[in-house]
Amino acid sequence: MSVLKLLIVDDEPGIRSGITRILRNYRVDYPFLNEDFKFEIFEAETGEIGLEVIKDKKPDIVLLDNKLPGISGIELLEIIRKDHLDVYVMMITSFASLDLAVRATKNGAYNFIPKPFTPNDLKTAINELAKHLFLKRVTKKMQESGKEVRFQFLSILSHELKSPLNAIDGYLKLMKDRQLGDNLEDYSEMIERSMIRIKGMRSLIMDLLDLTKIESGKKVQQIESVDLKEIAQMAINTMEPMAIQQNIKLILDSKLESNIQADIDEIEIIFNNLISNAVKYNKENGTVRISLTQNANEYKISVKDTGIGMKQEDVDKLFHEFTRIRNEKTKHISGSGLGLSILKKMIDKYNGKVEVNSVWGEGTEFIVSLKM
Amino acid sequence: MNTKKILIADDDQDLLLQMELYVKKMGFEVETADSQKEAEEKLNNFNPDLCIFDLMMENKDSGFILSYKSKKKNPEVPVIIISAVTAETGMNFSLETDANHTWMKADLFLEKNVRAEQLHREMNKLMRL
Repeated sequence: MSVLKLLIVDDEPGIRSGITRILRNYRVDYPFLNEDFKFEIFEAETGEIGLEVIKDKKPDIVLLDNKLPGISGIELLEIIRKDHLDVYVMMITSFASLDLAVRATKNGAYNFIPKPFTPNDLKTAINELAKHLFLKRVTKKMQESGKEVRFQFLSILSHELKSPLNAIDGYLKLMKDRQLGDNLEDYSEMIERSMIRIKGMRSLIMDLLDLTKIESGKKVQQIESVDLKEIAQMAINTMEPMAIQQNIKLILDSKLESNIQADIDEIEIIFNNLISNAVKYNKENGTVRISLTQNANEYKISVKDTGIGMKQEDVDKLFHEFTRIRNEKTKHISGSGLGLSILKKMIDKYNGKVEVNSVWGEGTEFIVSLKM
Repeated sequence: MNTKKILIADDDQDLLLQMELYVKKMGFEVETADSQKEAEEKLNNFNPDLCIFDLMMENKDSGFILSYKSKKKNPEVPVIIISAVTAETGMNFSLETDANHTWMKADLFLEKNVRAEQLHREMNKLMRL
């Protein structure tokens, strides 16, 4: 539970006590981020007193009437702006005057609530403002904590998680209402599509767990002697069933002489990502060639496919979170859009680098170099 | 009365399919597009009587861009933008204020989980049926 401080500046005692009554026990909750707000309320009957309270109590929100006995609401707003006081102001206006609205907006008022308002009007307005403030706080906290989790990431993530739910929900509704009649056969495509969306969601969640482990740094890295060839073979075995369906050949070619010092789980993630992409974005009867080599100071993993390939402009976007290259050829391939950003984070851990060579329509080669 | 033509654009193939099914059941002729790009092409040769656009496709504001293009071509054709944005980000779009109306260039903004009956009502209202 967090507290938002709210100051009411109005010369009418009835308005002040009314607002206090409405908001005293009001809670704003934001289910997605699992947190809610209550309000600590201050009252001021003039702009002058209001200013004192703002400086003293540092409220988050000010509900400000314009017609006040001393300085007007607009004047107080101007002072707030000039002194860079960090509050959100919501103007209470008794009649909609365009002139006032323009002046208030120019001076940074967040929005307006027209008088007379119902308790619900007030709650709705406060609700929206509180969410805005909350998101601002969360974003700030994230930036301060230095974690790479960003608000943008969360909002795209919620979109990615919600879309499959919406799709499945939609199909279930269609089925519930028997939109295609009583014959179950007629719903086969809907059922099939629902299952595909569930599968996509599951893989997104798995990728997300990988990413969370990397970002939080919670997973302790266990460095040991790892045989890259063995891990590559394991990844190949995992992908084989999918490859067989499209008659794709997986070829492993190793010229390694020594083991790498690394965390086995992390190496597995690297191979799984590379090889599953090479299969997913391949063509029927295609090939995936995995070559492992080493020189004096690094190991090189090359995974080359005979797939759909990419244009240069797409290659440049490849390692961003939730980037999925969208075109005719990728339309029916499911993916979380997280795989390569995870791969990149893994490689960074080994001060390695990744290179991409791709020819549109012919295939792609990923070359990962890991320092010894 | 000739059948009204509806253009629907959504990059989620499942939602597109579901919407197509509902709108066809309402008795309209439907053309679908699964990207902003495809929708732009179809705006030109399908000549819809009403458009329904998803907000986020290739671009975060694909729906607005399409709406703008549609209005530029034919200001009389109503545009409905459908999105799940509000529920996810707390961002609030409404077309009730004139300020928003000028820049958004859409006639109606609906949440993604809108019920078929409500959608039907709104479509009829916009097409004055």
